[in-house]
Amino acid sequence: MMTIDASGMHYKDLNRTIREGILRGVKKFFLENVNGQYYIGDGIKGDDVIININGVPGNDLGAFMDGPTIIVNNNAQDNIGNTMNAGKIVVKGDAGDVVGYGMRGGRIYILGNAGYRVGIHMKGYNEQLPVLIIGGKVGSFFAEYMAGGIIVLLGLNGEDYSAGDYFASGMHGGVIYIRKKGNFAKYSKEVELYESGDKDIDFLKKYFMEFAESFNLSLEEILKEPFYKIVPSSARPYGHLYTSM
Amino acid sequence: MNKSGFSNIQSEYLAIIDHTKCVRCKRCIQNCGWGTYSFGGDKILAEHEKCVACGRCYTYCPEGAISIVKNPTVIRENNNWKEAHIKTIWKQSETGGIIISGMGTTLKYKKYFDHILLDACQVTNPSIDPLREPMELKTYLGKKPSKLDIDLNGAGEATLKTKISPQIELQTPFVFGAMSYGSISLNAQKAIALAARALGTVMNTGEGGLHDDLVPFGKNIIVQVASGRFGVHRDYLNSGIAVEIKIGQGAKPGIGGHLPGEKIGVDISKTRMIPVGTDAISPAPHHDIYSIEDLRQLIFAIKEATNYEKPVSVKIAAVHNIAAIVSGVVRAGADIVYIDGYTGGTGAAPNIIKDHVGIPIELALAQVDQRLRDEGIRNEASLIAAGSIRSSADAVKAFALGADAVAIGTAALVAMGCHVCGKCNTGNCSWGITTQRPELARRLDPEVYGERLYNLISAWGHEIQEVLGAMGVNSIESLRGSRERLRGVELTDAELNVLGIKHAGL
Repeated sequence: MMTIDASGMHYKDLNRTIREGILRGVKKFFLENVNGQYYIGDGIKGDDVIININGVPGNDLGAFMDGPTIIVNNNAQDNIGNTMNAGKIVVKGDAGDVVGYGMRGGRIYILGNAGYRVGIHMKGYNEQLPVLIIGGKVGSFFAEYMAGGIIVLLGLNGEDYSAGDYFASGMHGGVIYIRKKGNFAKYSKEVELYESGDKDIDFLKKYFMEFAESFNLSLEEILKEPFYKIVPSSARPYGHLYTSM
Repeated sequence: MNKSGFSNIQSEYLAIIDHTKCVRCKRCIQNCGWGTYSFGGDKILAEHEKCVACGRCYTYCPEGAISIVKNPTVIRENNNWKEAHIKTIWKQSETGGIIISGMGTTLKYKKYFDHILLDACQVTNPSIDPLREPMELKTYLGKKPSKLDIDLNGAGEATLKTKISPQIELQTPFVFGAMSYGSISLNAQKAIALAARALGTVMNTGEGGLHDDLVPFGKNIIVQVASGRFGVHRDYLNSGIAVEIKIGQGAKPGIGGHLPGEKIGVDISKTRMIPVGTDAISPAPHHDIYSIEDLRQLIFAIKEATNYEKPVSVKIAAVHNIAAIVSGVVRAGADIVYIDGYTGGTGAAPNIIKDHVGIPIELALAQVDQRLRDEGIRNEASLIAAGSIRSSADAVKAFALGADAVAIGTAALVAMGCHVCGKCNTGNCSWGITTQRPELARRLDPEVYGERLYNLISAWGHEIQEVLGAMGVNSIESLRGSRERLRGVELTDAELNVLGIKHAGL
């Protein structure tokens, strides 16, 4: 176990301390007074490493991360889980723009809302299935070019719309689940909407349980409304666009 | 959409078989990736419309019985409505599609390298004999310190206090440009990797991830991170000698990439880390980079993930205002800036972009080098110039215009047999280069073509040494950015001004 007082610390020093700690075999880190330091957990490895953050971490939290768990007890900023390969990030508040960009594996759970450009180009590969669950709502450009994995928008805050404009443009893989349907006309022409079946909910249950547990919510609360699922109409949305001489 | 199968577009080439020479060995049938040839019972038949003049059949015809000729049937000549315009209209009216093709633009624009001449010593200063004197081609890519702090101890021994940023040591100023597994075959990548190792230089994965077979070549590989983030993970970033963020490409500035699902087989799916058969779509921008500040954020995210041990390169296409853009990229923390001119190659790009977007590398390079010098930050990053470096002469001129190294892509493919037919996008390359069809890809022997690439770059290195000797300098370092050694011919004042060189005779 290692406690680091991050107040006044440059991100380079903070992250070097964490990396060196991991090399020495430290499994649990408690970061106190974090105040916008970038790149916490960037490129670290180890399924049993846990970083608990008090304060607001800066951009690129858990970028390129491959296994560890990060728990943020406040809000977090932009680019959470950028190109993340495995591991878990829990944010007990709101997240900024660009969550899970190019994410290939692991889970990101946000209790509150997230900003623009969430889940762009998420992709699954073999047993790697990235899962992103947002408790509140998200902004525009959500799930653009989504190629794989699962995103769930819970809309727990009771707002009418759970996502902004340009919803899932260019989506060509993966599944989005939403609890509030919103205005389907706002969704991109590349996707189709269905009502979720029991199989979907059964599959999602373990992620919902983990989500509920992370934030002291009840599973019943999450499941009390029906879910809709959004899937791409084609794995090749732009296949017809081009021709060769 | 084409309701009638009839096309106005007639064959561009004719595959003519001399049946008096043909021994019906059928090697042409086997060699052609396009299915041009078939056996008609007693003789070889050719479907001319399938021929792309890739040259494979006649190269491998043991009897010299094949000639590929331009179809003599003319489309009525017109200097305004050129054949290409007419055929493109036909094609698009038949398909409704964006026309795409491989390789760089085929349009005739002014090639500035062909209007630049080099200096040599005569009488007043001696030239150097490169056969006798050592001629240094060694090149270091990476951030250089603006000053050196040195500690002297009591005994007068000096130790360097300044921490030098990580550098890539190249034995030759040529590097191989980014060509992904997917755009080219694994065998083609292996040939390049073997050559890079033998030459003491680097290749570049492109955005297709790193195949397991190439991992042992890590010290000679730059791994690329593009907007699709295919195959990008922590260990990938650490497996090469440097990491490159791809923002743009000379052949298609401002647009993304698209490897169609039918090319994503099992092996490519593994290196790109995406499921078999799905499209690999690289969005036009990185959607986490909308500004110089965002670029800085990714550069340092990569530096953090690689413990500050790898130089980070940023590849951009040469476009208007390139000097200001590169200044921003350098200030964002790039250790290397790779600038790709508009004539650069590609696996596939829309012709509208390839033929009409971007600017010549010569002009871009001259402006960038000058701007970085004027701002006092030229040492902060190395410059790699690319965009159809066709010869060592092009390279020498690029060095004198300010490049630290040049990258070659198309030239490397030509050394592997490519005839620049521009059909890379179709995946039918008869030479086994830009194809994933196993029966085609396996004909490219990495050892054989690795050696040819080695020969090519060695020959170009010797040629550069000859030129350096003639100029009376003994290292490539002495030529870099030395525009006084260049003169222009047939160039306007505006062009000379942009290039920062004098007209010949002055």
